[in-house]
Formats: sequence, structure tokens, C-alpha cells
Amino acid sequence: MSRVLSEHGIDHVVLERGEVANAWRQERWDSLRLLTPNWLSRLPGHAYQGCDPDGFMDLPQVIEFIEGFALASAAPVRTRTAVSEVRRIEDGYRILSDGGEIRCRALVLATGANNAARVPDLQRALPPSVQSVPAFNYRSPKQLPSGGVLVVGASATGVQLADEIHRAGLPVTLCVGEHVRLPRIYRGLDSLWWMEHSGVWNQRYDEIEDLQRARRLPSPQLVGTRERLTRDLNALSAAGVELVGKLAAVRDGRALFSGGLANQFALADLKLERLLDTFDTWARERGWEAQVGPVERFAPTRVPSSTRLSLDLGSGEISTVLWATGYRPDYRWLQVPVINHKGELRHEGGVVTESPGLYALGLPLLRRRKSTFINGAEADARELAQHLVGYLAGRSGMAMSRLGR
Amino acid sequence: MAQVVNNGVNVEALLAAREALKDTPAAGEFTWRATCKWLNGTHARSSVQGFHGLGAEQSHKTEFSFDTDHPEVFASEDKGATPVELVLVGLASCLTAGVAAVAQNRGIQLRSVEARLEGKMNIAGILGVDGDVRNGYENIKVTFHVDADASKKDIEALVAQSQKRSAVFDIITNPTNVTVEVV
Repeated sequence: MSRVLSEHGIDHVVLERGEVANAWRQERWDSLRLLTPNWLSRLPGHAYQGCDPDGFMDLPQVIEFIEGFALASAAPVRTRTAVSEVRRIEDGYRILSDGGEIRCRALVLATGANNAARVPDLQRALPPSVQSVPAFNYRSPKQLPSGGVLVVGASATGVQLADEIHRAGLPVTLCVGEHVRLPRIYRGLDSLWWMEHSGVWNQRYDEIEDLQRARRLPSPQLVGTRERLTRDLNALSAAGVELVGKLAAVRDGRALFSGGLANQFALADLKLERLLDTFDTWARERGWEAQVGPVERFAPTRVPSSTRLSLDLGSGEISTVLWATGYRPDYRWLQVPVINHKGELRHEGGVVTESPGLYALGLPLLRRRKSTFINGAEADARELAQHLVGYLAGRSGMAMSRLGR
Repeated sequence: MAQVVNNGVNVEALLAAREALKDTPAAGEFTWRATCKWLNGTHARSSVQGFHGLGAEQSHKTEFSFDTDHPEVFASEDKGATPVELVLVGLASCLTAGVAAVAQNRGIQLRSVEARLEGKMNIAGILGVDGDVRNGYENIKVTFHVDADASKKDIEALVAQSQKRSAVFDIITNPTNVTVEVV
């Protein structure tokens, strides 16, 4: 957004509570690699220049990439400037920060939706003998005590951590609720190549029937590995990770799992099938058949012959419960009444219509399915910047309708 | 030109209710009820009529009655189906109604739907013979036969979606708090 605002000649500052790329430095686990291939790391005027376009950047490389972008854009970033309050004032917003008070006519929230862990209330029922670790606080298997680990949640984070912890030698039991299955490679090309080219990723928020639901979808079970592996539930169970149903309750020190695991597998398999059908149709209609491999379909997710419905958390079998149950934004500092009862920002494609001059970036399906991915930032930033520029010029009502596709 | 799909489900009303509830979730609070009177032996008669919902007391058009009993192989009089069979009925009927609703919503014309259920149980549990054997079902298997204007994948998706939104499926597969008091 800063880069785009600079292009428009709009005077602005970027406030960062830590250093540039703070969240990547402070709030991710050590071994993390992007789940998007490097060729997708595109920011305005700044693309991946390395020698491994089909590979996946690790944390130090991501931080370097973003730092490089900030430098190249000469972005006016004020680091170590945490914001403690934002309030509406007559012609804009007043910000209280480590760097003092700032007043501005427009404000863009680029804090994302992953500021804190989302952990279910039933965490309180865990026996004291078991360590409770939100994924947000996890850095490496070395920090975990020896003994079994119950990983709750089979999203991208859940499967990556379950895989890593299991390979580190700790027994892993993975609780699987709703999840999104995606192979790494399809017909010889990365799944995200398909998402990008087929237009699925470009699907707009105002074209989607159940937007609320789409915004809450778990992240797809993709991992970035050198070998471009598919670490789906079949791979995990073949490697020895025990799959159980969604953690439904903790009662008298026992973890109780849903008996509906088979249906969760079926729902994810069917959804994958529909997506692959979409890819195949696109390839056929656009004449890509010759350039991609033959159509393939993947084995259904195997239902174990018997799945445990409960586990005694006090027996010593489990030493750690790792919550891969999602993240939530933290808007406590935003003293503008634009947050709903679920703690989410109310916005229309990134425009906070209830508070003129207020915008958001980087939220799930903000404007497109790819809004939360690195390559999705530019299009959103350009469109919202256009609206912002129009607003500043005093044409806020009309600027909305001029938001181009 | 498009064929009108009619499975007899008023999907518009359901979708309207869904929209209304997004703004006033409290209006979705329902209390379902059943009363049971012992008759003799293992024979009892349950009735269902009143329930609470949409902020008011409601009533079915008529009182529905269910006799339950144990079979003769249990040294009983077989005056009604067993309670555990009624649970299978609850699951079957909830899933079947769900298939119809989802099919209507997705524009799929159903011609016939039949569900067959089997619940495996070892009565050593309920007879207190073996503490390691649970009272309830070891597992429940549901088999759907669906004849509809749709591909096999679409039908599978219908049935999967029905489970996803089924009350009884949730009640059976997930823990549910039950409190019992004597007055």
C-alpha cells in the first residue's frame, strides 16, 4: 500500500511496532517455509530474483525479501512504533503511538488477522500434567517435553507441525475437523499455479455466495518442501501420525473426539474433486492440455479401521497439547465502533464504510481469494488506494462506484 | 426451460430463516421435549407435542406417541421397538430429511432415497458383564440408496453435506451434556 500511495504522491507513514517484517521475525516457528512457490512472491516492482523459483522460501529469506522491498520502495517506515490507540476525530484519525501522537486524514489497517492465537475454551479443562501450547507460541520440537503430542487442528499449520514433531521422534495424535485438502503438484504443476491461472484465486468477494463461510475456511494443507511433497492426511497417517476426530470436549481429564471423522474426510475429498474438475475444465477450454500432465485423481483419505473416541490426558501418554486452532485479530487499540460481536472488522472489500477514510488490507478474502497471499496484496492495494485517493480529494461517495475490476 | 426441482422442501423459507438469524441469533433458541410414562416391565409410552422456539411456546398439530419395549429374546413382551432402535430411527430420519433439503437447495431432483442402518452392540455392556464393553453402539453404519437426477459424485456430496448439518449426527458423534435429576 505504501508503495502504491507513493506512486500516487500521497504523503504517508507506515507504523511498525517492531522491525520491518515483524510478524515473520517474532511470530512464526523456526522451520517455516512459505507454502507458496517463490515465483509467486510478487510485490509491486519487486519479484523473487533467486535461482529456485519453484522452491519455497524459508523464514530468513522471507524477511530479507520484505526488507528488500521496503528499501527498494524507500517506504517511510517508522519502526519500533507500536500503536496503542486509534480514534476518529473531526477530519480523520488520531493515533497514539510510541512515537507520540499522529493525526491523519486516512488510515490503512495492515495488521492482518493473525495477531493472537484462537484457543477453544475447553483448554481450561486440561489436567495440569499436560502442557498447553498455542501454535502461535511454538518455535521448534526442541521446546516440547518428551512424550506424546496431541495436535488439535488439521489446517496448514496443524499438518506442518504434526509432521515436524512426528519426524522429531515424538508420537503425534492429530485431531481432524473441517480441513481443506490440496495436493502440492497437480498434472505436473504446483496447485497454486492452477489456483492463479484458472482464476480461482482471483474470484472476488462480491461473487461468492456464502462470503462469511468462505472467509472462515481453514488454510489449505500445503507445505513448502524442497521435494515439493504433498503432506496430506494419507501421508501423515502412513508415516505413523494417529488421526482422530475433532476434539469435542475434555471431560474428567479425558479428551473426547468426534465420531464423525469419516465424514470430514469425505467432505474434504469431495471439495478437492470439485476444485480439480474446475482446473481440468479450464485447462481444456484454454488449450493447456498439451502443456500439462494427464488428469489425475487422488486416493480418498483413508479412514482408520478403528478410531479412538477418547484419550486419557492424565495417563502420561500425552505431554503436550498443541493448539493449531487458528488465529484472530487484535483490535483492542482500535477505538472506532467497526468491530462485530465476533471481534471481526466490518468492511466492504477492505473499505470500512462505517468510518470514512478507514481501510483494511490482508484480511481473509478481503477482495479476492488471494488477498491473504503475498501475490494478492498488490491488486488489493491498488484498488483501495484508488478509493482512498478519491476520498481525500473529497469524492468519497462517488469513488466507491468507480472501483474498477 | 429449466426443469423445476421439487423435493417438497421449502428451501426459500429455510434460507430466509437463516438470514434472519444472522442478525438475531437468540431467536434460534429452541427447546425440544419428550415425556415418557412407564407402563409395565420394559414397556413405556413416550409422547411429543409441545416445544419452545422463536420466542414462544409451540405445539405440533397433534400429539405423537411412541411405544417402546424389549424383544422376546430379552425375555420381554415386544410391545414396541427398542430405545436403541429409535436412536437409529432418529439418525436415519435426520439424515434423510437433510438429503432432501440439500438436494432442493442444489437443484437436484430426487426420485427415491432409502437409508439402511446397522448398529453393532455387545450386550455384555448393558448387562454389566464386562466393564470394558460400552453400553452403546460400537459403531453405526448407514447405507444410502439414492436415485436422483445427478452424478454419483453429486449424490455423495449431498449425503456428506447432510451429515455436516445434521442435528442427530452431531448428537451421536459428539459428546452431549445430559443431566438427570429426581424431583
